[in-house]
Amino acid sequence: MIALKRDRGALVLSFVLPLAFFSIFAVIFGGEHDTTPKVHVIVVDEDKSEASQDLVKALEKESSLVVATAPEAKSKNAPVPADYTAATAEAAVQAGDAPVALIVPEGFGQNPIAFGPDAEGSEVQLLNDQSDAIAPQIVMGLLQKAAITAMPAVMAEQGMKYADKYVGGFTPQQKKVVEDGLADLRKEVANGDVGSAANSESGSGSGDFGAGIIRVKSRAVVGQNKKSPMISFYAAAIGVMFLMFTASGSAGALLDEAESGTLERVLSTRVTMTKLLGGKLLFNTLLAFVQLVAMFLWGWAVFKLDFFSHVPGFIVMGLCTAFAVAAFGLLLASTCHTRAQLGALSTLVILIMSSVGGSMFPRFLMPEAMQKAGLLTINAWAIDGFTKVFWRDLPLWDLWPQVGVLLAVGVVLFVVARRVARRWETA
Amino acid sequence: MVNQRDAGSTTPLQVERLVKRFGDLTAVNDVSLEVNAGECLGLLGPNGAGKSTLIRSIVGRVIPDTGRVAVFGAAAASTEARMALGWVPQELAIYPRISCTENLGAFGRYYGLKGQTLDEAIKWCLHWAALEDRAGELARNLSGGMKRRLNMAAGMLHKPRVVLFDEPTVGVDPQSRNRIFEMIEALRAAGAALIYTTHYMEEAERLCDRIAIIDHGKIIATGTKDELVRSAFGTRSQVMARFSGDEAAIGAWAAHNGGRLHEGTAEFTVEQATEIARLLDDATKAGLELVDVSLRRPNLESVFLHLTGRELRD
Repeated sequence: MIALKRDRGALVLSFVLPLAFFSIFAVIFGGEHDTTPKVHVIVVDEDKSEASQDLVKALEKESSLVVATAPEAKSKNAPVPADYTAATAEAAVQAGDAPVALIVPEGFGQNPIAFGPDAEGSEVQLLNDQSDAIAPQIVMGLLQKAAITAMPAVMAEQGMKYADKYVGGFTPQQKKVVEDGLADLRKEVANGDVGSAANSESGSGSGDFGAGIIRVKSRAVVGQNKKSPMISFYAAAIGVMFLMFTASGSAGALLDEAESGTLERVLSTRVTMTKLLGGKLLFNTLLAFVQLVAMFLWGWAVFKLDFFSHVPGFIVMGLCTAFAVAAFGLLLASTCHTRAQLGALSTLVILIMSSVGGSMFPRFLMPEAMQKAGLLTINAWAIDGFTKVFWRDLPLWDLWPQVGVLLAVGVVLFVVARRVARRWETA
Repeated sequence: MVNQRDAGSTTPLQVERLVKRFGDLTAVNDVSLEVNAGECLGLLGPNGAGKSTLIRSIVGRVIPDTGRVAVFGAAAASTEARMALGWVPQELAIYPRISCTENLGAFGRYYGLKGQTLDEAIKWCLHWAALEDRAGELARNLSGGMKRRLNMAAGMLHKPRVVLFDEPTVGVDPQSRNRIFEMIEALRAAGAALIYTTHYMEEAERLCDRIAIIDHGKIIATGTKDELVRSAFGTRSQVMARFSGDEAAIGAWAAHNGGRLHEGTAEFTVEQATEIARLLDDATKAGLELVDVSLRRPNLESVFLHLTGRELRD
C-alpha cells in the first residue's frame, strides 16, 4: 500500500485511466437522448401530388428520421440547391451522404396504396447502403406508418375502390354513401382534425398512437425517471475491466518478491503462504472497491448518476466484484513466472473477458451464444448486478445470483491460486 | 514437530547428517555441525559448494532428504525455530520502494511484533545498523553498504538467538564491510550463536571462532584457524618468492621444486627456514632473477588448496 501511494504512475493508472475511459464511454453512449440514433434519409417526390406531399410531410415529422429533400447549401450566401432527383439521390447514397433514399414515383397520388397480392399501387423506391442493415428497415417501417397516418382519406378511398372491385360492385346508393363519407373525411383532414402528424406522436417513451390502424398507448416502466440511463452501466462495465488490470498488476508484486528473495525471507518468518496470499487478497479487494467508489462518485459528480439512492446495493455488489477480481489477479500472478509473462497473459485474458462479458458493449446486443459465453466471465455477473441496482432498482435480495456467483468464483480462484503458489513454498 | 529427545535443548543449533539432492546434484552431502551461544561458526567454501542450500535447510526453506536440524531442540520449520532464528540471505531481500523504517516495520510484523515492542525493535535495529539518520530514506536510494546493513537489520527485529549470515558483504565497499563486521561482533558478544558463510578467507579469519571448510556439499575440515592450518601443514611455513623473467619458466621451476605459481608468485611450503636458502640458490642456477621473498604461516586459502587442489575463489 505504501509503495502504491508513492508510485505516482501506478496511482494514475489505477484511478485516472479508468475514469478517463469511463468518461469517454459515458459521453458517447450515456446521454439523455434517445438511444436509437436518427436515420438520415433523402426523399425525392417526383409526383408532387397532395398524397405524395402529405407523405413527405409525415416523414419529416418523424423524430427518428432526418429528412432531406435537397442537398445542404455549401455556404450561407450560396444559392439554395435544387431538390434531389432520383439520379442525384442515388449518387448521394453512393457518396455516403445518407444511408437511404426514397423515390416517390410520378403517379403515386393516383394509386398510392397496394392491398392484396394483385395490388397495383405505385412502387416507392428505397435506395440503401448495404453496410447499414438497420437504416432501411427503420425507414421502411416508418414509411408504412406515415402512409397510414398521413393519408387517411386516400387510404379510405383506395380501400373502397378495392372493395368495389372484389365485392362485385357497389350499388348506386352504396356508392353515394361512400362518396359522402370520403368527402367528410377529406374535410376533416383539411381541417387537421384527423390524420397527419398533428394527431400522432412518434418517438420513444410514452405516447398515443391514435391515428394508426391499431390504437396503441405506450408507457415506460423502466427508467422513466432516469436521467442518464447508460451511465451506471458503463461505470460498472469499464470499472470491472480496469479493476482486473489493477488487481493483476498489484498481485504481480508477488513475482517481484519471488525474484528479489523477499518472498523467501517472508516465508521464513511466522507468515505462511496462506496468510501471505490472504493478506494480498484482502488488500487487493479493498483497493478494487475504492476504485469502484471513485468511478461511481465520478459518475455522480460529472454525469448525474444517482449514486446516493443506491448505496447499499452498490456496497454489496462492489465488495463482491472486488473480491472476485482480486482473487482473479492473484491466480494470474501465481500462474506466471515473470512480470513480463503476467503482463502478456493478463492483457490477453482481461481483454477477452471484457469483450465477451459486456464491458466494451452491452451483452444484449450480442448473439445469444455470445451472451451465454459471457456468463463465464466476472464482468457479466458484475454488470448484471450493478444493472439490477442502478437501472432496475431491484431490492438487495434480488442480487443473490450475482452475489453468490461472484463470491463462489472468488473463493475458487483463491484456492487454485494457493495451490499453484505451492511452488514457492519449499524446495 | 519437536523431537522429545531434544525438547528444551540448550544447544542453539544442531545439524545432523543432512543430505539434500536436486536431481542428480547432491547439494548438501551428509553435513553435521553444532553452534554454541556466543560462537561464530564460519562456513568457508567456493561458490556452488552448498553453503546457501545448507543455510536454507536450517531456516526451513529447503526440506532435506535425510538428516535433521534442531534449533534449541525444535525442528527447523517449527514456529519455535523460526522465532529463534534470524536469517540474512545473500540477496538483498528488502522492499526497495519503502523506507528503512517501513521495511523494518513490515518484517517486524511478519515476526508477530506490534505496538511498543515493534517500535523499540525498529529503533534498536536502526541503531545497530547505523541507519538512524537514513530511517526515512527509501531503500532503493541507499548505497550498497547501507542496503546490506538494512538487509541484516531486517533479520534481527525479533532478537533471534541464532543468526545465519549468508555472504552478507557481497558487493560492499571496505568501509561498509568493516561496519558490518562490527555489527556481527556486537551480536556475538551479546551471546548469539552465529553461522557466517563466505568465500573470503580474511572474513572467516576475522569473525569466526571456528571454521568449517565446505566443498561439493561436504564439510572437509572443521576447527579453529590454527587447528586447520596445523592439521594441513603441521609446523610448515609458506615461502612466497617473486622473480622477473619468463613466467612459463618460473612456473616450471616452481613445479619442479614442489611449489606452484600463483598470480605471478612462486609459493612453497617449507618445514624449516633453512630450506629457503636452498630454493633461492636453485633459482639463481636456473637463471631466475629474484625480486622479493617472504615467509609466512599458511592461511585458510592454503588449507583449502591443500585439501581440494583448487582455489577458494573461482
